[in-house]
Amino acid sequence: MKNIANILRSVSDPEIPVLSIMDMGVVRDYSIQASGEVLVKITPTYSGCPAMDMIAVEIRAALEDAGYQSKVELVLAPAWTSDWITEEGRAALEKYGIAPPLEASADKRALLDDERIVKCTNCGSTNTKMVSQFGSTACKALFKCIDCLEPFDYFKCI
Amino acid sequence: MNNEQLIINNAVDKAVLADYITMLSDNSMILGHRLSELCGHGPSLETDIALTNISLDLFGQVRMYLQYAAQLKDEETTEDTLAFLRYPNQYRNVLLVEQPNTDFAYIIARQFFFDAYHALLLEELKQSTDETIRAIATKSLKEVSYHQRFSSEWLKRLGDGTDISHEKMQAAVDHLYPYISELCEASPLELEMQATGIGANLAQLKAAYFERVNSVLEEATLTIPENKWTQSGGKKGIHTEHLGYILADFQYMQRVYPGMEW
Ligand SMILES: [Zn+2]
Repeated sequence: MKNIANILRSVSDPEIPVLSIMDMGVVRDYSIQASGEVLVKITPTYSGCPAMDMIAVEIRAALEDAGYQSKVELVLAPAWTSDWITEEGRAALEKYGIAPPLEASADKRALLDDERIVKCTNCGSTNTKMVSQFGSTACKALFKCIDCLEPFDYFKCI
Repeated sequence: MNNEQLIINNAVDKAVLADYITMLSDNSMILGHRLSELCGHGPSLETDIALTNISLDLFGQVRMYLQYAAQLKDEETTEDTLAFLRYPNQYRNVLLVEQPNTDFAYIIARQFFFDAYHALLLEELKQSTDETIRAIATKSLKEVSYHQRFSSEWLKRLGDGTDISHEKMQAAVDHLYPYISELCEASPLELEMQATGIGANLAQLKAAYFERVNSVLEEATLTIPENKWTQSGGKKGIHTEHLGYILADFQYMQRVYPGMEW
């Protein structure tokens, strides 16, 4: 089983190559069936995330390379939350230039006009400003650093 | 992926349930298409990206609904046949969502009127007795909270902006307001689903909806139109001529190259 976990760890979201699907919290469960086939259950980050089909293909390919037949299933509940991104995942995101999500239950906070402090991934300044709640992909918002003027992505809390 | 594990509801007539789910998806599909028309045409880069992101969320939700509906139907039905091979009178979306992208004020007003309803609807569907609908609603509401924030903020910014932006925003609100009553008018199908505990109670939702809409309009310094007459028909399959043009565009590929895949 440890072996399976390591194989899954080698698969990442094609849009965020530094973030393994394990650290992203996309893999909900995996098990070896009586038939020897590996069953992997994944859940989408955003319902329209175009990477999900790609991720399923990559999981099957990675397992096949290691000699496993596999099946990937999509599960909808419980709904994915950015809280499931691991500490390692958060560190990897920041290093890659995407500010990691700050705190939980953002769907409530998103309704309030709640200014959050997001650290610039370039210079570390907290003097930053949200440019748009919608960024380059469904999971990101666009920010700008007022000190170093660098624009950067912020991984939204959902 | 064609192997999603969805929990099938066996407690009700599957065909009726499939129709209800398809109806839920039709609003998101047609609005999602309208927003996709703006890809590369938004008034600024940020709003262009925001509107197309909202479109993508809506289509993601549509896929979850239609995959479920297809599983409840016969062997030949797939999410694609439901999306692409129905005729205009088989779509059950409200007239509001098929209205054109006249200008940015219209886009925002249409979005705001729909988002306010959509969030309340999903809040109700999170309590549905159908497990899959509950899962889809829970997932979708997280995304729709962001949509609602975006459209409400723009409505306020334009309404409470310059003389010209206020005038344009008011014109769009005046034009689209007659269409919003239909959102909360339950069709026989919706009443049937409400009775089973699967569907939302629209009569109950209506008061909360108008309260939310009117309070944001007020905050935006806009005049709430006098609701003298209303426009409806979409839920019965009677649409404005806009839908035909939308579907001509939307269905083109599957009509010309049946069964085509990427
Ligand atoms: Zn900086």
